[in-house]
Amino acid sequence: MQLSEQIQNPVPAQAPVDVKAPWHRSDTEPFVRIENVSKHFGDFVAVDNISLDIYQSELFCLLGGSGSGKSTLLRMLAGFETPTSGRILIDGVDISSIPAWKRPVNMMFQSYALFPHLSVADNVAFGLKRDGVPRGEVKQRVAEMLEMVQLGHLGRRKPHQLSGGQRQRAALARALIKRPKLLLLDEPLGALDKKLREETQFELINIQENLGVTFMVVTHDQEEAMTLSTRIGVMNHGEIVQVGEPHDLYEYPQNRFVAEFVGSVNLFEGQVIEDETDFVRIHSPEAEAVFFINHGISCAPGQKVWAAVRPEKIRISREQPQDADNCIEGTIDEVAYMGSLSVFRVLLPCGKQIRVTKPNMARRFDERLNYRDRVFLSWTGDSCVVLTS
Amino acid sequence: MMRNPGYMKASAWLGFIFLYAPIVSLIVYSFNESKLVTVWGGFSFKWYAELLQNDQIIDAAMVSLRVAVISATLAVVLGTLAGFCLSRFGRFRGRLALSGMITAPLVMPEVITGLSLLLLFVALEGMFGWPAGRGTTTVIIAHTTFCMAYVAVIVQSRLASLDESLEEAAMDLGAHPSSLFFLVTLPLIAPALISGWLLSFTLSLDDLVIASFVSGPGNSTLPMVIFSKVRLGVTPEINALATLMILVVALGVLAAAWQMRRQARRAPAA
Repeated sequence: MQLSEQIQNPVPAQAPVDVKAPWHRSDTEPFVRIENVSKHFGDFVAVDNISLDIYQSELFCLLGGSGSGKSTLLRMLAGFETPTSGRILIDGVDISSIPAWKRPVNMMFQSYALFPHLSVADNVAFGLKRDGVPRGEVKQRVAEMLEMVQLGHLGRRKPHQLSGGQRQRAALARALIKRPKLLLLDEPLGALDKKLREETQFELINIQENLGVTFMVVTHDQEEAMTLSTRIGVMNHGEIVQVGEPHDLYEYPQNRFVAEFVGSVNLFEGQVIEDETDFVRIHSPEAEAVFFINHGISCAPGQKVWAAVRPEKIRISREQPQDADNCIEGTIDEVAYMGSLSVFRVLLPCGKQIRVTKPNMARRFDERLNYRDRVFLSWTGDSCVVLTS
Repeated sequence: MMRNPGYMKASAWLGFIFLYAPIVSLIVYSFNESKLVTVWGGFSFKWYAELLQNDQIIDAAMVSLRVAVISATLAVVLGTLAGFCLSRFGRFRGRLALSGMITAPLVMPEVITGLSLLLLFVALEGMFGWPAGRGTTTVIIAHTTFCMAYVAVIVQSRLASLDESLEEAAMDLGAHPSSLFFLVTLPLIAPALISGWLLSFTLSLDDLVIASFVSGPGNSTLPMVIFSKVRLGVTPEINALATLMILVVALGVLAAAWQMRRQARRAPAA
């Protein structure tokens, strides 16, 4: 009965669309346009024909592992590398032929690259002095900028006298002082410890929203990307694999790479045995089960597909649930108690390991699940995504 | 490891005595009243006063100082260029050969360096008429040659430890590439240049072998004068002179070491 209810109200396969977002509207012009940009180093293709539109005041994140080409793309925007082909437009102007020192783009380096021989205030003033801004104005703007990043009292210090978080803010101030049209940030939180990272994250978003500057962040840390960005572009082998809002990427990954790179996921290989407009059934030999997914996909019958379920969407229980869309049985192989949640590794009869997370709602549970317990894993038809590549 | 503190202390003291006993005895005897070097005749500054009256020694000291200042300065300029090439231009044809050849004077026996430079100067004079004869100029060129190697090594290691994104950051903030060197690189390697200069100055002041080969009559450096005087017998005057030289050299080395330590302490934080 529940099954038929769900079929009547199918969940769309695509993410719900926020019509106010500029990337969903046809009347907004992209602010930064990357058009068919490639970069070759000898035989090695670092960036492979990437096209990307970024809108005004966005905080766009390029997410990828090392060697994915994300840093090369960033360096091409900054002007430190020249694209082998393609062009880059900022605010309608082709900047491909403009050298780094004349671009309306500034960068915050991963190492911060603060000049060790200059004080914090002189570091921040560096960019303005190069442009020949009058002395009085330089002084005033530097003071304002330092105030904004809460370093007003530390202007006279040298970079090596600052803490990691203060150095990060000094680097941000230096990169923002010239009011760039686009600010590039290379792993902005990479050098900070976990606690400081969370605080700084929100500070960064605040500053970005107040100034309205377009930010482009490069990171390999998916958590950082998820919390910071308006949209994320996932990169792999020099290509953009998927672009979307953090929620899209997590809940509606388009392929196995994105599903596995963003968060963790359980993948079941299988074949489509029933393909209707509003549901599919997939037979998975591994799990010895037929999975029900309540949205249609477009694929050839008999095609090899993967059913992807996130660990937190799986219910784990000792008793077999009565009305579950999908249910498989296994043995708990390992339990990791992490405070706010517990992570279970469940072994299926075929030997496949499934990861399940469960929030620890009650302070003490009498029915604590233990190592070697036989359990049932169940999930609803709408919490599963079918991936064809 | 032996963890016996008594043993460690004793061996440290032995080492120090071995190294410094000759120098200490030289300094002590420079204040000797007696004309005989090995007989103590009471404390006096007599030989220092006499030293200042000796025109030959004062002239040689002036030659040595002039040679040391000029060749240290030239060595810093040329050595910086060489060190900069080696660390910044990546892999170019002949890079390995250049880095090997730059450091060769550090290990080359001085006699060979001196002899080869002498032959070169003679050949050059024969072909172009320059440098005319041997004198201060040839000593300066010779000293610049071997001091430059030390400077190149110091500058290269300093540049290698610098974050290359500093230069990119300057460019990103609007600095033209032609101004990068004076805006960013030079201030950052300045401590290395100072220690390189001090080291070159000291090395040039110390050198006897190379100077003996390439200097001409009337242009003897201080070590050359001392050496020729000692062959006629050690006088307390020489002891006094040696003490002063030890003082100058020690100050130079200490200043260079202090510079390098200061820069090493600042580098990790930067």
